[in-house]
Formats: sequence, structure tokens, C-alpha cells
Amino acid sequence: MTTEPAPDETLAREFKADPLAQHSPNLQALLRRFRGEPVAGKYALLRTRHTREWTVVQFSGVKGEPLTLHPRLAFTDWRAAEWAVFQLRWRRHIGRPLSFEDADLMGRLGA
Amino acid sequence: MKTIAGYSDRLSVRPGETIAFKVSVETGPATYNASLVRLFNVDDHRDGPGLQERPLPASFAGPHRGRQQPIPNGSHVAIARRPPLAALGSFSVTATLWPTLPGQGRQALVSTLSPGQTSGFALGLDETGAVALTLGTPGGPWTLGSGRPLLEREWVLVGASYDADSGQARLWQRPRNRYPLADSTADGAAAAPVGLATGGDGDLTFAAQRGADGSAPAAMRAHYNGKLEAPRLTGRAVADDSIAPDDPALVGAWDFSRDMASETITDLSPNALHGRTWNLPLRAMKGSAWTGQWHDWRAQPAHYGAIHFHDDDLADAGWETDFTFTVPNELPSGLYAARLENGDEAEHVVFYVRPPRGRRTSDAVFLASTATYMAYGNYRVMNRSRLYELYLGVLPELVPSDLFLNERPTYGDSLYSLHRDGSGTALSTRLRPIVNMRPNTTLSAFNDDGFLLGWLDAIGQGVDVVTDEDLEREGAAALAGYRVLLTGNHPEYTSTGMWDAIQGFLDDGGRLLYLGGNGFFWRVAWHPTLPVIELRRAEDGSRPWEAEPGEYSMAWSGEYGGMWRRCDRTPNQLVGTGFAASGLDIGRPFRRRPESTDPRAAFIFEGLAADEVIGDFGLLLGGAAGYEIDRADRLLGTPPHALIVAEATGFTDNMVVVKEDMPATNWLLGGSDNPLVRADMLFFETPAGGAVFSASSISWSAALPCNGFDNNVARITGNVLRRFLDPAPFTPSKES
Repeated sequence: MTTEPAPDETLAREFKADPLAQHSPNLQALLRRFRGEPVAGKYALLRTRHTREWTVVQFSGVKGEPLTLHPRLAFTDWRAAEWAVFQLRWRRHIGRPLSFEDADLMGRLGA
Repeated sequence: MKTIAGYSDRLSVRPGETIAFKVSVETGPATYNASLVRLFNVDDHRDGPGLQERPLPASFAGPHRGRQQPIPNGSHVAIARRPPLAALGSFSVTATLWPTLPGQGRQALVSTLSPGQTSGFALGLDETGAVALTLGTPGGPWTLGSGRPLLEREWVLVGASYDADSGQARLWQRPRNRYPLADSTADGAAAAPVGLATGGDGDLTFAAQRGADGSAPAAMRAHYNGKLEAPRLTGRAVADDSIAPDDPALVGAWDFSRDMASETITDLSPNALHGRTWNLPLRAMKGSAWTGQWHDWRAQPAHYGAIHFHDDDLADAGWETDFTFTVPNELPSGLYAARLENGDEAEHVVFYVRPPRGRRTSDAVFLASTATYMAYGNYRVMNRSRLYELYLGVLPELVPSDLFLNERPTYGDSLYSLHRDGSGTALSTRLRPIVNMRPNTTLSAFNDDGFLLGWLDAIGQGVDVVTDEDLEREGAAALAGYRVLLTGNHPEYTSTGMWDAIQGFLDDGGRLLYLGGNGFFWRVAWHPTLPVIELRRAEDGSRPWEAEPGEYSMAWSGEYGGMWRRCDRTPNQLVGTGFAASGLDIGRPFRRRPESTDPRAAFIFEGLAADEVIGDFGLLLGGAAGYEIDRADRLLGTPPHALIVAEATGFTDNMVVVKEDMPATNWLLGGSDNPLVRADMLFFETPAGGAVFSASSISWSAALPCNGFDNNVARITGNVLRRFLDPAPFTPSKES
């Protein structure tokens, strides 16, 4: 069994610089991994103020069951919301935080 | 948070006609306020003109007392109270099944059980998925089970009998396929009380049992999920496992392959115990006799003897009317809503007002893509597959009404969903609240069509409105006399009647602005009388689910369903371009091509510089080409004289080529390496002196409102509309 090497943090810097772009092949591959998560627990955004504020949420994966809101992970810049979720997924998939993770990310998630 | 919901009996209405509104107060005060508003732009985008909602006086305006109204889900067959059933004592019953959720709750197959279970019988599945017989007795239900669960999605003959003289009851399971370590063959026998009245009240149901008096869905319990075929009932206890069609005591032998395009259920026995379906279970489903030799149910109806029932089927919410509105003569054609408020978020029950019958109030008519709105109706973002975010290329976005919908599974699903048993949702009704056919939702098809209505209002161009449903019911007559037809941004779902009406309009010299992308893609059928559409996601196309082999032909029309392209009617033939790629990350601008200077097309670009970049802005993905885009292709039917006047390229790899353009799996997927990933803006003249302009992009109309509706997307659209309104015929020549 081989262990896949952890991706270079430059991929995270590339995403942070522009979540909407023609990304490098390695970042595309990483995003496919992140975005292919099962629906249960998957992150999404709720427009808490129409096209003005987005709040990070997680799907239950079961129709009719409420999703989980993370009210402190609310952003007036949609790109910042994408970046927050990217960091959370980095933890989940890579197994450790980014060295330049937002200082208050986990505190805001747990609130 | 949304606290109130509603729908109307009709979606388009003419002056003098009456529309009925049905409301459920879900939470909050029982008294709500109703008012009439006319809607233009329905998206309060921070960079747009805001929600354009103009209050109008109406007879129904003011406070109303509401209440919560339930939505009964689940389909079944009911045969109303009949003497041969009421007289039943000894009996045998058989049916062939293909269960899809055995082991998930008790499910009735054939039942005469009285609501109190003091008489009658029910053949069904118990909580474990095994066949069970329930007999109603004065002391309560008596039950016999096989003890062996059925296998999911395997055909099986099941039956039960009861001898009223001896009290002997037995049941049996005879699977078609037998597996060494998973054989569901079973038998059961026991002594039941003698002399039971097994006909109950004389009401017979299939796929559910009565929990209350009546035949309608609200009275039903224990819905069955799966296919049911050829139930038979006889008034004696048979010795073997089947009931012959000429059984001397035959009570009923129902053949679901009869009248498949209707709600009628036909009994072949002399008793003629005919019934009807409720909540539209799916018909023209292949049965146990299907061999693969025939794929069209009309060619071999006997192979299509099954009905697929779901406990979450819905045809009509059946709510009571709260108030009605007779449209006054002076109300202009357009998009309106009954605005309902009892909390902090208003509900808009939208509807369209058409011009008075036999009159036009404009030379231009907007076709509201109501079939597409219905197809996406109550689209549950949270219920999509793990692939959904990959498809988007960004995080899925929800709006508050998505949370409201998530808490209400009974509101039904879109044609993008699976039923609870994993089969695709093939029917969509508008006789229920459709919470995303409202302002400020993520249903681009409806929401962004408001940008077009807002732009038309901003330039002072009145238009009449017609809906897809009107086209289906009235044909080309619905468009007669109009010079210009404008589509919405995503007229994806089209019936043959709708297509023929548009083609007829073009054949008469009409001019068509196709202001969308991925249009005229799926063939649907309308129910003959109900506002419900049917779709079979057949063998190709981007499908959230796949129809079963052999089930590609629709029940209501008999037509082969799925993609129009596979019916040799391509969108390219109708509007010059067809679906090329989808990607929901970033839009791109169009750039003019040399053909844009052709004198035939010069009017399109009046006021634009020769090298002007078109639509490098927009409220949807930031570019006028995006979301879903179309391309020209001569081999797919693009007219040979069509001019591709502009194109958009340079999409990211998240803009992915459609799978029907991928004969075999390969790596040329995205915008960076597949030349088919592009949007072709196109123009062509028709033989009758008309013309077609195709924007070929869903995000086109979302660019109209930018800079106060003053931008080059609006200019191009205006140039085309102005010329198309000019009665001078289009007479192309090489010298023109």
C-alpha cells in the first residue's frame, strides 16, 4: 500500500488567489476530490441575505432532516466563503490544517 | 423565514376568466394579508435594479383567515364500493410484484380492509418485507406472514387464500429467479377464524389500504413502493398458486396494460370492477413478461402490464380554495402574483395574464417556459447526488425557501430527483406550491426571465405573455398574429405540441428571439387534462437518473421520450444551435466574427464597434455566455445559410462538453481543450420572410440589467427586437 503524498500548499494559495479560474491540473484534481464528498456532511452556502451574505452550511444527506448552519461562518464576499470551506476540506482530506489557515476558522466553525 | 405557501388552479388566465388561489398557513398567525402585484425583474441582486414589484388593486386584497392544508402523497388504485366485493367470504388473491422498498414499513398490495380492520382482507408486505395476509375480524386484525422477505427489484408472484368454512388461510411467494443462498420462495398456512366477511365495505384498493372512509389519497395508509401487475381475485380458496382468467368464481382480473395513457383501471372479469388511479402512479411500465424484444409499449402492450407506485407520488395537492380573482379587462398581459404575508417573508403565488381572447395587445409575445419551471419545480439542492458540486464547479447555493422545502417532503420533487425508492421522478405537477417559482430563488430559468421582463419594461416595449401550457393546449393559434416571439433563458423542456406551435409560427413568417441556452432539449408529454408533465430520461443526455431499459416511451403520448436530438428533431433545426456545454463557475464574453459584418446581419450590431467585446459582465457568472451554452453544427441541422455572428470561447475546464457529443469516454472534456465548448450567437432567415436570432447562452439575459439596462447585450437584443418587429420581410440574397 502506498500513501499519497500530501499536496503542496501552493495549491491552496492558488485557490485562495482566485476560486474561479482556469486552475492548474493539480488543483483541479484536488478540487475534484474535495467536491466529490458524500452528501452527508457536505458543505454548501446559504444566502442569508440575497446575493449579499453567504453562510456556510452542511447537508444532512437525508431528505427532510435539517442542515447544520454555521452562523459565524458568514461572509459578505462569496469568494471568502469558498476559501473558508476549502480550508475546512483541507483539514478533512489532508489530515492537518494549512500552515496559513485563517486564525479564527475553527473557532467560528465551532461556535 | 417563509411561513405561508400557495398555488393556483391555473397558471395563465385571460381577462374575464377566474383564477383560484389555495393557501396553507404553515406557521405564524392564521390571518394573512393578500394583495395583487405585477412583477418584472424578480431578483433582488445587489448589482441589479432590485425586485420590481408593483402593487395593484384587486378584489381579493386584504386580510384572509387561513389554516394549514396537508398534502397527501402516495399513489394507489381504488375501486369504489361494489356488491361483488362486499359479498366476499372465501377468496384467493394473486399479484405479480417488483418491490422496490421491501422491509421499509408495512405496504399493502391488494386490500378490502375496512378502516377499523374489523372486516376485509389485505395482502401486503410486512415490516420485514415478507408477504403477509391480514384478515379483519370483529376483534381486530388477524395476520399470517411468510417470514421470508422478498428480494428488492425481483419479480415475484405472491398470493393468499382463505376458506371461510374451514378458516384455513394460506399464502405463497413464487420468485421468478431463484438463488441458492437467497431464495425467497415461501409458503405459510394457519387456521383463521371461520366465516369472516372478507370483502370489507366493498371497497378495493391496490398499493395502499384505507385508513379512513373514501377513495382519495388522504384516506390511504401503508402505500406500496414498486411495480404491481395483474392482480386477480376469486371468491373461492384455490388449491394451486394462480387464478385462471376463467376461474368459475372470478371476482376480478385487472389488466394494467389497458388504457395506459389514462387513470382508468380495467377489470377483464364479467363483474367489470373498473377503477381509477390516484396521484398518478407511473404507467406503461414493463412487466414480468418483458423480454427486451419490444421497447415500445404500444407495439406489445402485454409486456407493459405493470404500474410503478411510489409512496411519494403527487398529482394534486388538493387544497381548498381561499379566494378567487376574476381578471379585469384593463389588466395588461404580464407576470403577476398574489402576494401573501403573515410573517417576515412574503409568498408570491405567480401567474401570467394573457391578453383578452382573440386580441393581441402587442406585436411581440414572451413565451414563459412554464414546462421548464415545472421540471425544476421544488428542486431540492440538498437531495442531489455527490456529483452535484462537481457539476457546478462551485459550492451549491441555497436560499431560505430551500430550507422551507427541505422541511416539507410532501411538497413533492422536481424531475431531477429520485423517489424514495431510488427510481427517477418522471412526473411533475403544478397543482402544489412550487417554492422556487418565486422571486429570489436559484431557479435561473424562472428567476432570470425576470431580467428580460425588466428590460422590456425599461425600454417601454410592451409584450403579451403566453405559457408553454397554452402552446400545448392551443397549438399555433396561441401565437397567431404575433410578429415576434421571445423565449426565456432556458426553454429546455418541450412537448411535441409546443414544438409544432413554434415551428408553425416560423413557417408563417414569425420571428423568434431564442434568448437562452440548452433549449428544446428534452421531449416531454403533457397529461391530457391535468397540468402535469411526463419525462422519460432515455438513453442519452445529462441525466440525473436513467429510465429503465424498455421504458423510454411516455405513457400519455406514446411518444419516444428523452432528448429531442435522438428523435431527429434537433434544437439546431429549430433555432440554429443546440446544447454544447455546461459549467457554472464563470461566464465569458462573446466576440464578433467576420459574419457579423455581413449585410444580412449588420442590423444586429448597430452602434457597436467592430472589435467590441460583448457581455464581459452579467449578474449570472459575470459573463453573457455561460451556465449552459449552445453551438451551431451543420450535421445536427443548423441551416446552411445561418450566420454565426459571434462566439464565446476560453471557458475553464469546468465548462464541460455535453455527453452526447462524446461518442466514447475521453479526456477532451473542458473548455481548455475541447473545441466544441463554445457558444455560437447565430442568425438566419426563414423561407417565409421571418428570422431567428439565437443568443445560445443561459446567462445572456442576466447581462441585460447591468449599468441600468444600458450595455451592449441590451443594445444587441434591442437591435434584433426592433428589426424583428419591422414587418419588412427578411429576403436574404448573396448581394444583400
